[in-house]
Amino acid sequence: MNFAPETSIDIASAVNRATAPSAEPKLKVDKLNFYYGDNHALKNINFEIPEKRVTAMIGPSGCGKSTLLRIFNRMYQLYPGQRAEGNIWFDGVDLLGKDLDSTVVRSRIGMVFQKPTPFPMSIYDNIAFGVKLHESLNKAQMDERVEWCLRKAAIWDETKDRLHTSALGMSGGQQQRLCIARTIAVRPEVILLDEPTSALDPISTSKIEDLIDELKQEFTIVIVTHNMQQAARCADITSFFYLGELIEVAASNEIFTNPREARTRDYITGRFG
Amino acid sequence: MDATLSGTEATTALKAAHKPTGRISDPIFVGILWGCGLLVLLLLGLIIAMLFEGGLPALREFGISFLWSTSWNPVTEKFGAGVMVFGTVFSAVIAVIVALPLSFGIAFFLTEIAAGPLRRPIGVAIQLLAAIPSIIYGMWGFFIVVPLIAAYVQPPLIEWLGPIPLLGALFQGPPLGAGMLTAGLILALMILPFITAMFVEVLESVPPMLKESAYGVGATTYEVYRNVSVPYGRTAMVGAVMLGLGRALGETMAVTFVIGNATRMSASLFAPGATIASTIANEFPEASIGSLKLQSLMQLGFILFVISFIVLALSRMLVRSKLEG
Repeated sequence: MNFAPETSIDIASAVNRATAPSAEPKLKVDKLNFYYGDNHALKNINFEIPEKRVTAMIGPSGCGKSTLLRIFNRMYQLYPGQRAEGNIWFDGVDLLGKDLDSTVVRSRIGMVFQKPTPFPMSIYDNIAFGVKLHESLNKAQMDERVEWCLRKAAIWDETKDRLHTSALGMSGGQQQRLCIARTIAVRPEVILLDEPTSALDPISTSKIEDLIDELKQEFTIVIVTHNMQQAARCADITSFFYLGELIEVAASNEIFTNPREARTRDYITGRFG
Repeated sequence: MDATLSGTEATTALKAAHKPTGRISDPIFVGILWGCGLLVLLLLGLIIAMLFEGGLPALREFGISFLWSTSWNPVTEKFGAGVMVFGTVFSAVIAVIVALPLSFGIAFFLTEIAAGPLRRPIGVAIQLLAAIPSIIYGMWGFFIVVPLIAAYVQPPLIEWLGPIPLLGALFQGPPLGAGMLTAGLILALMILPFITAMFVEVLESVPPMLKESAYGVGATTYEVYRNVSVPYGRTAMVGAVMLGLGRALGETMAVTFVIGNATRMSASLFAPGATIASTIANEFPEASIGSLKLQSLMQLGFILFVISFIVLALSRMLVRSKLEG
């Protein structure tokens, strides 16, 4: 099966509807196959992710959406036995290239995980940690950077008086926003969100969703979610994965009101999944 | 069973069902278990009491200065624990200083770097190091390590580092082979498996997602280890080191073989010395019952017990605080 031609049309129409200033794909997935040992987890994926948009990936557990997310920042390379074939183009560079420096890729394509993962250090150091790896800033510049990204992540007011206390003492929702701030701090171009609200209460979830809406002004966002309302609320474009295949990708309002594929319709109406 | 049993019949049936096991054997079983538990406390208490009581006359004779007095003269019957306490702590600290970086390296290699086929053999080899009896380490140390150190390690170190002010004090004296450094090295090898095993456990308890988060902001393997894995397990790791220190403090046979057994105090790594355990092992056979020497040895034993107890208690506290929190 080859979805490539249809897919690009869908992206174009979705982006038109969103009245885009820039419709360039930030990430272009080309004939991607992925294997966990002998398990063929992603099958011939062709997919474009537009710049400064929120792209959601939905589908039942094990469909490959998180796998794809972890390929974007080469996280799979930490584990022997996982391998990818094909190309993912990112500003003209193939992210699957052998001699690419993973640490550089990960500083430009940041990631936020299912659960808050604050490092065992102060709030300030949680943010400074990543920045120090890539830039040498003096104290004043670092202070400025910390404030900048905490403001961007909408937790500056809650944290400004306790920057030097342990991040482990924050609430789950605050920790997750700290993790988003930490990701923003290294000034990536793409932010990958792997079910970022699955461990949070509804109020924290809605704060994160508001934040996603803010962040797309500056960043390209890819979000994996099990929550279809969340995809409908946050994402400009939604893609549906099933059993390692990309079934359908379209503007969110279109895919949730009028899906083209029967399997997509069955999934979003709750008939399986 | 009949579904229409009357109330009293049902009660009798229940009582009958309980009688054989519930009434007689269970209290006996529970009693035996209580006995087992209390026996440990009783034994520990008796050992402490025996050591303290046995050593009390020495403490009366020499006063509290027994703890730091450096004379150990069986002829004039002047005894003090200073040299042995110093030797015990000095050799154990050398052991920890040598074992710590090695343990870090091995534990990290095993948890992060080694792929499947290498991991098991190395892990098993480390555990087997712990299974080698102390006396074997002593013999190996005495016949192999001591001559090697005397021939190849000490002469150049004495020549190069000896003349340096302050630091040079660590590298003075004749190259005898046997001494603090050799004892420390053998001890390092003996505590290595314990520290490594606990480090591996701690590193494996670091949540993968936390490590991935650090990789996710562009950290290298070393940066993840240095800034995330180690800080995450720091308390438990300190506990593991203390546990190793505790073992090194009390180790007897291997140390007795290689430390040189001289009851003199010296800051040099190469000078022969003595630990509490090695002194007791060496001199116990020559101490007659009721003599001041025997009482002093008992008192030494009590001091070692207290030192080990403190170190062990601290390490347990640190390890537990991390694994629970």
